[in-house]
Amino acid sequence: MPRYIMTADLRRCIGCQTCTAACRHANATPPGVQWRKVLDIESGEFPDVRRSFVPVGCMHCADPPCMHVCPSTATYQRDDGIVGINYDLCIGCGYCAVACPYQARYIVHKAEYAYSERAGANEVARFDPNRMSVAMKCNFCQDRIDAAKETGQTPGVDPEATPACVNSCIAGVLAFGDREDPNSNVSQLLAENQFFRMHEELGTDPGFYYIFDKK
Amino acid sequence: MSDLKIPPGRVTPWHQTNWDWRAACNFIGGGTGTGLLFFSTLAAGNADNYRIMALVALALIGGGLTCVWLEIGRPFRAINVFFHPQTSWMTREGIVAVPVFLCGLAAIWFGGGVFVGMAALLGVLFLYCQGRILQASKGIPAWREPKIVPLILATGFVEGAGLATALFAVLPGEGPRWLASVLLGALILRRIAWTLYFKAIEKNGLPKNAMDVLRPFGAKFEMLGQLAPEILIVSGIFYGGVLPGLTLLAGIIAVAAGWWLKFTIVARAAYNQGYSLPVLPVRGQGEVKPGIKPGWTK
Repeated sequence: MPRYIMTADLRRCIGCQTCTAACRHANATPPGVQWRKVLDIESGEFPDVRRSFVPVGCMHCADPPCMHVCPSTATYQRDDGIVGINYDLCIGCGYCAVACPYQARYIVHKAEYAYSERAGANEVARFDPNRMSVAMKCNFCQDRIDAAKETGQTPGVDPEATPACVNSCIAGVLAFGDREDPNSNVSQLLAENQFFRMHEELGTDPGFYYIFDKK
Repeated sequence: MSDLKIPPGRVTPWHQTNWDWRAACNFIGGGTGTGLLFFSTLAAGNADNYRIMALVALALIGGGLTCVWLEIGRPFRAINVFFHPQTSWMTREGIVAVPVFLCGLAAIWFGGGVFVGMAALLGVLFLYCQGRILQASKGIPAWREPKIVPLILATGFVEGAGLATALFAVLPGEGPRWLASVLLGALILRRIAWTLYFKAIEKNGLPKNAMDVLRPFGAKFEMLGQLAPEILIVSGIFYGGVLPGLTLLAGIIAVAAGWWLKFTIVARAAYNQGYSLPVLPVRGQGEVKPGIKPGWTK
């Protein structure tokens, strides 16, 4: 069984936020909700300062605290490692949101629009009432992964079967693929480079790997 | 981690927005209610007093659960809360709440019998579930500390004993003489539980903003919420004949301090994890540098 993960090469990221925009476009998320966002971290003191850009979002943990605490079983984990939400089961209690150490979950109670108090034509067309007052987050564009099973395409290689954020990345920062396959793009990247995972000490076994230097 | 200066912003922990005062009220009502249910079993003395005390206890637990119901996004799907007993402490709390109310109401109806003891023990289980709900919240460092569980249990017992003490001021007859000593013992246990909890969060680190809430709170809580009722109870033991209101006042303060404690931890100190990097990546010709954990005490 595959274990889908994402990698971010922090040496390459320029903080352009194209992944954020692509995600919002692909998933029609409302204003203020960013399933994929890029942190802009300035650290140090002049003249020894450093700026780091760090894509974050749901880490699709192998041991996801959000799933364990969910009282309704709305949050589930697929065999391929993707953590998803069944919007029809979720009661919007927010327990998953306080259990997630990556601040990856959002609950929106009121429809808001990007440019005015009224919805634009595209916002009307793509409004999903099932996502109101329930938890939502990145799902690794799982519909594309599922479609790949029918078409025979390879997630992380074929764009149609790859998350929108990865497809859009202009600097080749983000990569997606099967960690269980030693020949996959992500396995190769992790074999050739040094990496870390965020808040690993919390025991969540996150599925998002940050590359920071060559081996 | 190196202590590099990071401008405040979205990288540092911020106050979570999903659980507000309504969630705090669940822990307040649930803790006091189950504590009172426990002590009403031991201290009521007769069926009439038990009925009143147990009714107040169930009203508090029910009030807390109602607050949670008002907070959830899809209240008409609330039945789904029972779907995940395998791992969810919220489901377990909900499942335990049902027999707490059934046994409590049966005990009130019959005014005694096996239901009284069952309601009290199930109430303690409900209280334990509440502690574990907080501990399982991995995204909130002030909640996930394991020593929060004995703290929630201890303050529940203090609040129960305190409210029982206060209720005897309006109930017919006198409460048992040992109740004040039990309240004093529970207060000492809460003091120990608070001290252990605070030492643990100091040792393990916490978002600075959460510590800025808890440190000054702790100083006031130890004086006003702990020492004051302890002195009042001891004074009541020696001078109770002259000043009969001392123990009553101690009970009220002990309950109020428990509510203050839970409101502070649940509603005010609920800063999330934020983001951190174990190392700073190579950029261009640079080299790997020590990581950062902005907005944390350590």
